[in-house]
Amino acid sequence: MADALLTLEGVHTHIGQYHILQGVDFAVPRGAMTVLLGRNGAGKSTTLRTIMGLWKPSRGKITFEGREIGGWATPDIARAGIGYVPETMGVFADLTVRENMILAARAGAPDAARLEWIFGFFPALKRFWTHPAGVLSGGQKQMLSIARAIIEPRPLILIDEPTKGIAPAIIDNMISAFDELKRGATTLLLVEQNFRFAEALGDHAVVMDDGRIVHRETMAALAADTATQTRLLGLSLEAHG
Amino acid sequence: MVEQDGATAAGGAPEPIPAHRADYLPILLVPLLAAVALPLIANPVTWITLTIAALAMGMMIFVIASGLTLVFGLMDVLNFGHGAFIAIGAYLAMTTLIPLADWIQADQLALNLAALGLAILVAMAGTSVIGWAFERVIIMPVYGQHLKQILITTGGLIVAEQLIHVFWGGDQKPMPLPTALRGAITIGDVAVEKYRLLAMVVGLAVFVAMLLVLNRTKLGLLVRAGVENREMVEALGYRIRRLFVAVFVAGSALAGLGGTLWALYRETLTAGIGSEVIVLVFIVIIIGGLGSIGGCFLASVLVAQVANYTGYLAPKVALASNILLMVIILMWRPQGLYAVVGR
Repeated sequence: MADALLTLEGVHTHIGQYHILQGVDFAVPRGAMTVLLGRNGAGKSTTLRTIMGLWKPSRGKITFEGREIGGWATPDIARAGIGYVPETMGVFADLTVRENMILAARAGAPDAARLEWIFGFFPALKRFWTHPAGVLSGGQKQMLSIARAIIEPRPLILIDEPTKGIAPAIIDNMISAFDELKRGATTLLLVEQNFRFAEALGDHAVVMDDGRIVHRETMAALAADTATQTRLLGLSLEAHG
Repeated sequence: MVEQDGATAAGGAPEPIPAHRADYLPILLVPLLAAVALPLIANPVTWITLTIAALAMGMMIFVIASGLTLVFGLMDVLNFGHGAFIAIGAYLAMTTLIPLADWIQADQLALNLAALGLAILVAMAGTSVIGWAFERVIIMPVYGQHLKQILITTGGLIVAEQLIHVFWGGDQKPMPLPTALRGAITIGDVAVEKYRLLAMVVGLAVFVAMLLVLNRTKLGLLVRAGVENREMVEALGYRIRRLFVAVFVAGSALAGLGGTLWALYRETLTAGIGSEVIVLVFIVIIIGGLGSIGGCFLASVLVAQVANYTGYLAPKVALASNILLMVIILMWRPQGLYAVVGR
């Protein structure tokens, strides 16, 4: 794909004796949101972790901005411009919200204007600025995790199930934040099980099953195709609620 | 955008910010232990002397253990070779003090402290370099393999002890205190040894310096974050391996400082000084909570209290008493007094 920011070609990942990714191929177009969908255990989170270098691919090619990053160490991949929001959120509970943000802003002190922009989406972070991240609720921790990934402009952000167990009102704010990021030319690769959220934001949909990509099309087309949703994702009409 | 900050109650009013309750309970163990010991010891003067000795000993153990707990917390590395840095630091200090005998024997505090300062500097510099080499050659090939770490670092400790025999000889060496630090200051009926006061000051200074670095610098924040979740630190773009080497070298230097203080405390030196104290050091880092500097500080004082009180009351059980302390504390708090979240 000519305008792809990230491409995966025949990527295999082994974790111990388990062969999790079995030849993953897809491209993430620049400036859009690609949503990685699939049932539990399909290999979505492993795909993100493999891109980040947290699992090393045993075969295949991962290209980011024209550079092969498949064998790179995680810090080098992050420095190349990829932000990561893990499923576990990964906030440093013993550190304050402020300290978490200081570490996320690698280039220096967090930019005040960018922080205010983030506080606009996630005001709780301002309220809890000097509090240890450990006292935050699950939703607030998710806000912090996302805020860390976007405190500096990064070309690509990988986000793993940001809506899991999160209150609907916070999800609405996430949608606003991701929408603005997209308009600011940030490319997003999102793993999501919440179809409503994926549908509201996604431009492209990639469906995984059993460690492989089984379907690719635009999000709008997938949203309109309930038969494919049911077949590939096990979704029913209630899931759209 | 919805006006929702994730902390709004159903009625619309913001929920109160949950107070971050500091956990003072473990700190109370120190006065509690002292209070329990007082009626058993019966003599208040002896009790005060033992308590001050415990505080001094605790500070020395803390200096030795602080680096090790961060090394353990940051990279899950079990380094029994830490005892080698204690011994080598002490021997380097002793060697430095030999040509400075005039300064040590002079009845001038400034000269005494200058000699001691120089010896400590040499000990810390030497153990830093040895620590760096130890990490590259011994530790690096066994990352993530605990059993191999125990075997190879214990082997490193044995080799280091034998090398000390080769270079310095196997006999017991004198490590005399500088003149101005001998004797005691008498307050009422209580005699407080001058050197114990110095050890307390050094230990406290190291503790405060570590707190400042860990809480006020980006490097310190990275160490704290790395102890909690090193994978996420890497995902933020930081090379944790370099951070670990820096912490390992600093920890080795502190072991050299601690070894020097410990040898001066005993006023003698043998190649086995490191292995003698390493058991206490491991008890301290386990009781304190792996990777926790505050926990390490508190556990050092508790271990020293138990060692001193039981050493006086029941010398035959003194060795076992700290194992018992560890068992009791781990039954109360299985992750240690101040568990690091996320570990």
